[in-house]
Amino acid sequence: MSKAWDQVTWQEIEVGGVLTEPGTARNYNTGDWRSSHPVWDKTRCIKCGVCWTVCPEAGITEQPDGYFEMNTYCKGCGICVKECVTGCIKMVLEES
Amino acid sequence: MMAHKKRLGMEVSIAVSHAVQLARAEAIAAYPITPQTHIVEHLSSLVANGELDAEFVTVESEHSAMSASIGAAATGVRTYTATSSQGLALMNEILFIASAMRLPIVMTVANRALSGPLSIWNDHGDIMAARDIGWIQIFVENGQEAFDHSIMAFKIAEDHRVLMPTAVNLDGFILSHVVEAHELMDQETVDGFLPPLVPYHKLDPAKPVTMGAFAMPELYTECKMGHQVALTNSYGPILEVWREWGELTGRHYKPVETHRTEGAKVVLLIMGSLAEVAETAVDTMRDQGIPVGLVKLRLWRPFPFADLRQALAGAELVIVCDRALSLGGAAGPVQAEVRSAMYPLAKKPHILGYAVGLGGRDVQPEVFEELVQLAQAEVKKGPSEEFHIYGVRG
Repeated sequence: MSKAWDQVTWQEIEVGGVLTEPGTARNYNTGDWRSSHPVWDKTRCIKCGVCWTVCPEAGITEQPDGYFEMNTYCKGCGICVKECVTGCIKMVLEES
Repeated sequence: MMAHKKRLGMEVSIAVSHAVQLARAEAIAAYPITPQTHIVEHLSSLVANGELDAEFVTVESEHSAMSASIGAAATGVRTYTATSSQGLALMNEILFIASAMRLPIVMTVANRALSGPLSIWNDHGDIMAARDIGWIQIFVENGQEAFDHSIMAFKIAEDHRVLMPTAVNLDGFILSHVVEAHELMDQETVDGFLPPLVPYHKLDPAKPVTMGAFAMPELYTECKMGHQVALTNSYGPILEVWREWGELTGRHYKPVETHRTEGAKVVLLIMGSLAEVAETAVDTMRDQGIPVGLVKLRLWRPFPFADLRQALAGAELVIVCDRALSLGGAAGPVQAEVRSAMYPLAKKPHILGYAVGLGGRDVQPEVFEELVQLAQAEVKKGPSEEFHIYGVRG
């Protein structure tokens, strides 16, 4: 379904609500309601990947240079901050 | 050319399991519960003896029975289960999922009262508590109907215009444990009537799909609308299947059936096996010159509004005999539905309701004669109370 959800009519929904295309969850940016997000201090990050491993929502992506950044699925739970080996991640309010 | 008519005496439960065998069910997931037990017990034997090529999943509860049925149906195989009372209640949350996913599961419900107090005997409290599950719901009156509808249900459920789980309700003990004469069918005839299932969607690694996905508030209402329209529109295909069966076997079924309603001012309205008892009572009253007729509701969901209005067109007084209660509410579930169906009409009959035969309480033909007298007296004194639990002591 490429249409916006609030534009889809009942006739357009597949029988039984079946999704025939794979990977449609990708279209739902679950992080769009977070209140804060993690920010990495690259001077202290050792690229160990613990943050990436413990993230329950696959909300962290490894960058080409080996450092890590959040993606649009980060809900701002802060588990990465809690588990970071060097303490290089901080939560920052969305507004700021 | 009619199918060969050979009548065989057997317990209705065995006839139902034989029907499921003839329908070539491929997956059965069930948990035994009185009074449904004989159906799945016999099916289990048929599978174990190699007489039915099906996967029989012995689950640990009805919640799992319906979950396993959904899983099986999702892989695109013909799926059957059966339950009763507490078992149906334990399935409850999964029943809604089966219909929302539009999986053509067929289920026999051997209707039994719900606890408490604990009762293993017959009434319709179980299915009425599950009324809004979004399934096709059919009621049968005798063993032959139970056999017939157990085969037809698969054809209805699997029709690509329908794709809806279907429940066939038969009265526990009164039907399930009674030996009746059945006109059975041979495999060739059933195969000719019921082709192999063609899945609309199925779980297939070669063509992956997501089933049972969530819906945000922006989509939930649209999903429900699709379900409502599909269930309502299943009416046409249901009638087509029943008509085809009638041509094949000479046994014809309608959503609303009548017995001696010509010129009837008073109409008794009943679902299930009690209708046969009421027929006897109606015949007796007709012989006495009382203008009484009988309306039998076979199709409960989708509700046949137009057929019901037509069947009740000449009635001045309709006496609905509910086999279940809606405690604290206005009426029994069938009475409430019948009233809703008749309310928009300019000329509508008095609609009085009596709950009878709860928790296995026996209902003799004389009861219906008494109900006619009671209801007529109540209308005469008016305004009537409209709903009563019949035969309560004290």
